Amino acid sequence: MILRNINNRFEFVEDNFERIEDDAPVPATGAVLVSANRWLEEHDALSGRAEPVGVWIEGDGDLEGLGEKCAQLELVALRFPVFKDGRAYSQARLLRERYGFKGELRATGNILRDQLAFMERCGFDAFELDERVGLEQFNKALTEISVCYQPTGDGRVPVYQLRAARTPLEQTRATA
Amino acid sequence: MYRYDEFDHKIVTERVEQFRGQVARRLSGELSEDEFKPLRLMNGLYLQLHAYMLRVAVPYGTLSSKQLRQLAHIARKYDKGYAHFTTRQNVQYNWPRLADVPDILKDLADVEMHALQTSGNCIRNITTDPYAGVSADELEDPRPWAEILRQWSSLHPEFSFLPRKFKIAINGAKEDRAAILFHDIGIGMARGDNDEVGFRVYVGGGQGRTPMIAECIREFLPKADLLAYMEAILRVYNRFGRRDNLYKSRIKILVHQIGAEDMAKQVEVEFAAIQKQSDSLKVPQKEVDRILAYFAPKNYESLGEFAPETEEARLADEAFARWLDVNTADHKVPGYRIVNISTKPIGGIPGDMSADDMDAVADLADKFSFSELRVTHKQNLTFTDVRRKDLHALWKALDERGLASANISLITDQIACPGLDYCNLANTRSIPIAQEISQRFEDADLQRRIGRLHINISGCINACGHHHVGHIGILGVDKKGVEYYQVGLGGSSDNNGSIGKIVGPAFARNEIVDAIGTIVDTYLDQRVDGEEFLDTYRRIGLQPFKETLYDTAQH
Repeated sequence: MILRNINNRFEFVEDNFERIEDDAPVPATGAVLVSANRWLEEHDALSGRAEPVGVWIEGDGDLEGLGEKCAQLELVALRFPVFKDGRAYSQARLLRERYGFKGELRATGNILRDQLAFMERCGFDAFELDERVGLEQFNKALTEISVCYQPTGDGRVPVYQLRAARTPLEQTRATA
Repeated sequence: MYRYDEFDHKIVTERVEQFRGQVARRLSGELSEDEFKPLRLMNGLYLQLHAYMLRVAVPYGTLSSKQLRQLAHIARKYDKGYAHFTTRQNVQYNWPRLADVPDILKDLADVEMHALQTSGNCIRNITTDPYAGVSADELEDPRPWAEILRQWSSLHPEFSFLPRKFKIAINGAKEDRAAILFHDIGIGMARGDNDEVGFRVYVGGGQGRTPMIAECIREFLPKADLLAYMEAILRVYNRFGRRDNLYKSRIKILVHQIGAEDMAKQVEVEFAAIQKQSDSLKVPQKEVDRILAYFAPKNYESLGEFAPETEEARLADEAFARWLDVNTADHKVPGYRIVNISTKPIGGIPGDMSADDMDAVADLADKFSFSELRVTHKQNLTFTDVRRKDLHALWKALDERGLASANISLITDQIACPGLDYCNLANTRSIPIAQEISQRFEDADLQRRIGRLHINISGCINACGHHHVGHIGILGVDKKGVEYYQVGLGGSSDNNGSIGKIVGPAFARNEIVDAIGTIVDTYLDQRVDGEEFLDTYRRIGLQPFKETLYDTAQH
């Protein structure tokens, strides 16, 4: 199941993308998910498809060559091989903030409920989850920390900017 | 010192409630220990040999008396009546119950403290010079920048699952009292063109299995660029640091593999890209000023440098005079002294303090030092602002509680890790060795004759007792189930940082204290006027020590 942010609410949706392994042919119809390498190698053929194409990137994958072209993709799926391998957090931020990727950014692999908030702050808006606790608990995990100290390009204003925007009166009250 | 505002309160409170939920899930069995582990580590909770251990952050080592009293309260209510100050300026509790930990965190939050990121593969507590803000040799006070870094690094979503733990130290004085060359990132305040004050940035230092001295990758960084530059280093590390081998995952290995020059180049490329993207990592000047104001100089009295009552007491009382010479340091304001309180009485456990002593120290901080104190990376405590004329009264009060050990930087001021008495990584015990060495050199006159000498003891290769940078470093090793101790000489974590060299074969448990005795005797025989141990060692090298050590061992 995919937990997806739809208009600022997380909901479970069906996965419309069919994952195509590198040694299998790409079907003519339907949304497909291919490896980043394959997409780069078969770029002309794949970008001619009428239906959506997404790519998956392994945890140790490189964004080289892909970043600049990512606007052509509907979906990028970044895989966490184990939950403690945090490379995809950086990849996500680079895709969103440096390369301006606007499509679905999906976290896959070994991800823990308690990591979702970090992932969302780095730009992920979809999570492939095999654990099926209630939607409510996932939404709680995503919202239980409401303050952020650092800017990450997710649009949330870091505390230092909120403070700098305070009026002198608010400032006094805050430290009283 | 810094005080929380509503944002700081909110994030810490929300974090406590989040952890309460996680603990409940663990206690109900919903989470296995494996699943719970990364969550508890992010909140400073370890599982050790006998019990859980909770490590509480003391940001850059600064505590208020109120906070210290709360730490004492926690020691009494949830632990066995004592706490342990660590080499990273933090506090550890060795016996908390899991079910109590959310309440402990709540008690901490009530006094603006937390245990965030005191473990796990994330950015750890930022450390600094315990004399920050009051020493005469300081370019600028590094604490405001340590606070800015604390906030930026707290729950940083991109850098909470790094290849390995990450330690940042910042120092503002000429003398490096924060060991910046032995941190993943070391920051020194520096003067650039036009007299502008900013930072010099070092990267890739550390101890552990592969000790390395950090290399400078940026001679001068303007203050406004600090966070962007930090993000650039951390991003390069997060993406390219090794993750295949726990022991090769620190940033020092990456720096060593690609070279400092290439590291600098990669960081500069990432830094330029971040700068081009947005200036959102520039902390607004108004906010910098707000934080600076918390660290403004205290309301000092104008006092003469000379305090007659202190001078009289010095002449009348030898023990006081010794303490004054050994445990106090120059303050930038006339009529004030910096006072160090040793946590290392003869035969004691380095860094341990009882709840009653913590309360007493808090009362003395109220009375004598603006209700504040520091934890040092040598596991001692510091009152930074004591009037010279109050020194005798303070000493008497400390002495009554057995807290006036006059041994700062002397041979009995040892750093020791918890070792096999607590730690599940340790090969050997450390604490009993420290206690026996302390007893061997109990004589105060002998200690002073020996002079400045740092003995650091680690119970295993992970080097939590900083043995690599001890003037004499002791490393516990396991030989077929028997405790042995390897000795290194000549390490140092100051401006001329160096890593100790192993003197020869390891010593058995019953030989190690005598071996230290032989090393000290050799130094006393060989030294020429005015030399400290490190000077003599650097002049004569390992050979004379080898000769006396291994000759003596044979007879």
